[in-house]
Amino acid sequence: MKELIICIQKLVNMKDDNTIPCRKMFTDTLLELARQDKDIVAVTTDARGSVTLTSFAKELPDQFIELGIAEQNAIGVAAGLASAGKKTFVCGPASFYSTRSLEQVKVDVAYSENPVKILGVSGGVSYGALGFTHHSLHDIAVLRTFPGMHIILPCDIYQTKKLVHELVDYPYPVYIRIGRNAVPNVYDKENIKFQIGKASVLLEGNDITIIGTGETVYHCLQAGKELHAQGIKARVIDMHTLKPMDRNIIVKAAKETKCILTVEEHSIFGGLGGAVAEISAQVHPVPMRILGIPDEFVVHGSPLQIFKHYGIDSKGIYNVASGLFHETRISNETMSSTR
Amino acid sequence: MTKDTSLKILELQIQAEKIRKEVVEMIFSSKSGHIGGSLSSVDINTALYFHVLNIDPENAMKEDRDRFILSKGHSVEALYSVLAARGFIKDSVLKTYGKFNSILEGHPTKNVSGVEHNSGALGHGLSVGVGIAIAAKMDNKSYRTYVLMGDGELGEGSVYEAAMSANHYKLDNLIAIIDRNELQISGNTEEVMRLEPIRDRWEAFGWEVFDVDGNDIRALVDIFDSLNVNNRKPKLIIAHTIKGCGISFMERLANWHHGMVNEKQYEEATSEINERIDNLYTKISEYERR
Repeated sequence: MKELIICIQKLVNMKDDNTIPCRKMFTDTLLELARQDKDIVAVTTDARGSVTLTSFAKELPDQFIELGIAEQNAIGVAAGLASAGKKTFVCGPASFYSTRSLEQVKVDVAYSENPVKILGVSGGVSYGALGFTHHSLHDIAVLRTFPGMHIILPCDIYQTKKLVHELVDYPYPVYIRIGRNAVPNVYDKENIKFQIGKASVLLEGNDITIIGTGETVYHCLQAGKELHAQGIKARVIDMHTLKPMDRNIIVKAAKETKCILTVEEHSIFGGLGGAVAEISAQVHPVPMRILGIPDEFVVHGSPLQIFKHYGIDSKGIYNVASGLFHETRISNETMSSTR
Repeated sequence: MTKDTSLKILELQIQAEKIRKEVVEMIFSSKSGHIGGSLSSVDINTALYFHVLNIDPENAMKEDRDRFILSKGHSVEALYSVLAARGFIKDSVLKTYGKFNSILEGHPTKNVSGVEHNSGALGHGLSVGVGIAIAAKMDNKSYRTYVLMGDGELGEGSVYEAAMSANHYKLDNLIAIIDRNELQISGNTEEVMRLEPIRDRWEAFGWEVFDVDGNDIRALVDIFDSLNVNNRKPKLIIAHTIKGCGISFMERLANWHHGMVNEKQYEEATSEINERIDNLYTKISEYERR
């Protein structure tokens, strides 16, 4: 009960008027840390503008490496830098780093165990109307099959800032996916606790669990709030680390709540939903729904229009969650009455 | 050439022949591997590991060590053999090659002491070398980075991304070597996908290019010793080699890219090498008597 009150207080304090994109928070924090640590190096591929590395490049040119439009080389170079002791952040569009240079990520980063931090910006459908070439809706599914590869999707600027501090000396390769536009804050600046690999419960409840990652977390929270208002006690989890995944929190949710809904800005194949299902189905199976982008080339529109179209906005999440909760309840009641 | 230098070259030649023999042995007993490209690169590996590289098997990860990346990872038998000869791999471990759960994979991995990078997929090593060379410059370190590529590997576009960036960052501490044996798995490189003019292409990319007989230890040593690493230019050594070098029935034949050796061929190959080793020892004795 006490936790619930804290959570609701958090929601009341939640500001929706944030204007700073997470990528800007990421690079500003990186610059702040790099001023004190000459081993921090930023690498990019003609993307200093879109990544927001322009200030970094101007202020610390000796710690900045431009490689032109050549993602394969960039990941390989980053691997070399990391192997020689540099704290290397290679930053560019998520879509290209997770596709064009996939083999370099596989061999030179993951397999060779070089602790490169790959910052994929404008991930998911951030580029909206620019179309499928610029969307990254496959990255989680593909990258999480590489042994040793860590994957993190922060959901707001405060979490992003904490994350950058954690990443600098983090001894593993990490793929970080961040969106393009400013998103509403989920956390309070002062209160945020963040640990890689440890998911956060944003809202307590035992009727259903809703798990989001990255930009969908805010929408999950909004939907959870509305479900609570309608008497459905939804538990909302921020699964910022997709790999290594917090197994305990999933098993606990499966045991304590009756059903699980996952929400991701990613293909419905092999992403957050797939990863959660792999755990819950084998340990404690409960009814599940996976909300994400279906097996089709994404509809033309702005990111928010796309979210709405596929129902990964708060309204769509509310509807599916509510339906799943009622179906599960009916099914459980039928089962107990036939016993 | 002084007596000492001549003796040193003879000793390196013997070393190369012993490594060649080990390569044949590894491939014969494991029934796996890439013999043609391993044999063509044996002399390059020997010159590097026994003359050029600043490395220490007792302290394999020392910070200022020279770095060597085998970008043509399939020539791993030559690398493992030279690492064993140099004291990085124990002979007992070398004997596990091709056996279940051996740490010696069919392409190099960092699990093996002395291996800097996992390779096997082509067109990766030069980029990694560029990254290491940039890091050395950032830290004002004098160590050098060497990357050995296959000639067929030059078909990978990523090689030219790396070549561009090495010139852009004036990486005179980066030395790429091409094992130019003129054959890839499907046949002659110029028939599969034309690579020439290699020198002109790389010069156009801003590299300083050298041609050398890549199976001549003396020529290799001379080239490596003469490099100017303060001229703001990355270096490319086109090492003209013979695929299958040193085994008469394998030389210049594409089907020995990863051909397997039967018992008769093994005997024949070993006796050819032994004969050369005996001759080299005789030469050394003659020199020492002078």
